[in-house]
Amino acid sequence: MAVRRSNILFLIIITVLSINPVLCLAQYDYIDINNPFLKKIPIAVPLFKTFSNKEVEKKISKNASRLISETLTFTGYFKSLDRDAFLEDPQKTGIVANRIKFKNWTDIGAELLITGGLSVKEDIIEMELRLFDTFKGRLLVGKRYKGWITDQRKMIRRFCSEVIHSLTGKWGIFNSKIAFVSTGSGNKEIYISDFDGYLPKQFTHNKAITLSPAWSSDGKWIAYTSYARGNPDIYIKNLQEKRGFVISKKGLNIAPAWVPGKFELAATLSFSNDQEIYLLTGTGKIIKKLTNARGIDVSPSWSPDGKKIAFVSKRSGTPQIYIKDIGSGQVDRLTFRGRHNSTPSWSPAGDRIAYTGIEHGQSNIYVIGVDGSGPLQLTHDKGDNESPSWSPDGSLIVFASTREGPSRIYIMTGLGTDQRRLLTLKGEQTNPKWSSGVINP
Amino acid sequence: MRKKFWISLALLLVIPGLLFTVSCSKKKIKSQPSVTSSVEDEAAKEAAEKAKQEELERQRALKEERLKAEEEEARQQEKIATAKSRFENEDVYFDFDSSALLPMAQAVLEKKAAWLRGNSGGSVVIEGHCDERGTSEYNLALGDRRAKSVKAFLVDLGVSASRLITLSYGEERPSDPGHNGEAWAKNRRAHFIIE
Repeated sequence: MAVRRSNILFLIIITVLSINPVLCLAQYDYIDINNPFLKKIPIAVPLFKTFSNKEVEKKISKNASRLISETLTFTGYFKSLDRDAFLEDPQKTGIVANRIKFKNWTDIGAELLITGGLSVKEDIIEMELRLFDTFKGRLLVGKRYKGWITDQRKMIRRFCSEVIHSLTGKWGIFNSKIAFVSTGSGNKEIYISDFDGYLPKQFTHNKAITLSPAWSSDGKWIAYTSYARGNPDIYIKNLQEKRGFVISKKGLNIAPAWVPGKFELAATLSFSNDQEIYLLTGTGKIIKKLTNARGIDVSPSWSPDGKKIAFVSKRSGTPQIYIKDIGSGQVDRLTFRGRHNSTPSWSPAGDRIAYTGIEHGQSNIYVIGVDGSGPLQLTHDKGDNESPSWSPDGSLIVFASTREGPSRIYIMTGLGTDQRRLLTLKGEQTNPKWSSGVINP
Repeated sequence: MRKKFWISLALLLVIPGLLFTVSCSKKKIKSQPSVTSSVEDEAAKEAAEKAKQEELERQRALKEERLKAEEEEARQQEKIATAKSRFENEDVYFDFDSSALLPMAQAVLEKKAAWLRGNSGGSVVIEGHCDERGTSEYNLALGDRRAKSVKAFLVDLGVSASRLITLSYGEERPSDPGHNGEAWAKNRRAHFIIE
């Protein structure tokens, strides 16, 4: 398998050609970063043109064009137009700029157009994909990919990353993964799926309560708490090499949170008889104590620059979220509304923190500015909504919700729009954590 | 030849005759003493009977005593087992989001401390549990606080700290799977397991 993979990468890398140079963005803002979801951009993704009449090509054309459409609309930035409304058929007219009648697309309201052409020879697929600005009649991104048929999802995600990059300047989330807890096997174990819920796989097989997955920012390590040895211990596992470390002090070893860019993590330990947050090396050695107040201190979340932590403390009587500057030692209370606020998640954009607030017996997701502005309630009156986690570009939030009965993993934009279920597995799913963007490049 | 024959015949007749003569005379000697001492025998017989009866009585009494002792022992064991199972089965309950020991909880813990002081040596695991409200990480910490709160109280009552092990399960092991106030109240508990 390893050989195959390097072959694929080799194939994809050496045959990706820029067909036309990507245009400079500075002059035109396609997506308003400050209000990205205010207006969804209408995008048209017609069926891909097949270069021969083979059945396999027709089938792939259907699947691939649908996958591009789904992947892009997942971001919340786009609205994919219904194919029935299309006036032009690229299979007949063409997929390159000088063959396309852009008026046929602007007439139906499409502002962006993606055309694709593919040919299949045995197990090899060759795809060319283009993104056009229909109003300007201009090519924005053009790429050609060649590789195994089984890698078409990878190729499409790669192209979508190029699309998002050309429109927002950021690489997006298509390489990221989501870890979560599921009870389907009879015990709480950790599972990992792609960002869109594709291909969930069971990651731990401890046959014991396993909770709180946490990704390192380089995507190479996962830490989690498990009762595998009868006590809540933190396990630190390397994803590729299956090697690792254990933190098993007396009492609690819970709520791991990796320091961005470092092989270090914060966690709550209670061997000193109080529940405090400590900073440890990735191998499990204590570097220093981060909190120093009597009472529960738990659930640390790092700012993207690794200089501050948001965490939950009961030091003022009820569980509230605080921010500590590690350098200066200063601790400030962040949340004042509600009597129970927990599970802070610091946005990778650095300016906001999502958290779970419990009011009148109901759990909901809130977002509050690091400067204290807000909070904004994102979920309302639909079951219990808990454990938010930001996507690596700070645009989407994954969380757990019981609005349908059993707890399921949900996605929504950072403004609370487009709430939808990510996947459904046997048992109940909780505790989701979104990785950084750097997984399986 | 005829002489040898007569000698053998004579021997054949003489030797058995000698044998019979001897045995007969023995018998004659035996029968005579039993007739003369029958009275003494009766008395001895009676005494032997009495002794046998007394022996039987004694055996019976001993057996009864032994049975009684066994019953008593069994009753004691049952008492110990009941106290032990009550120790394990009687949980201590908490208010929502609190690890403070209510008066009823303290009363139960006083009984537990007494049992522990009277049954020295073994270790006990104190489990801390929460209801499902709140997030799982916070509840792991709260369960830890509840278990430690119970341990501290028992240590104050004279139980050796080294015998008490605390273990938090947060909201992960509810005793009642329901989603209402009644179930939640049952789940906010500390539970004891004798190792």
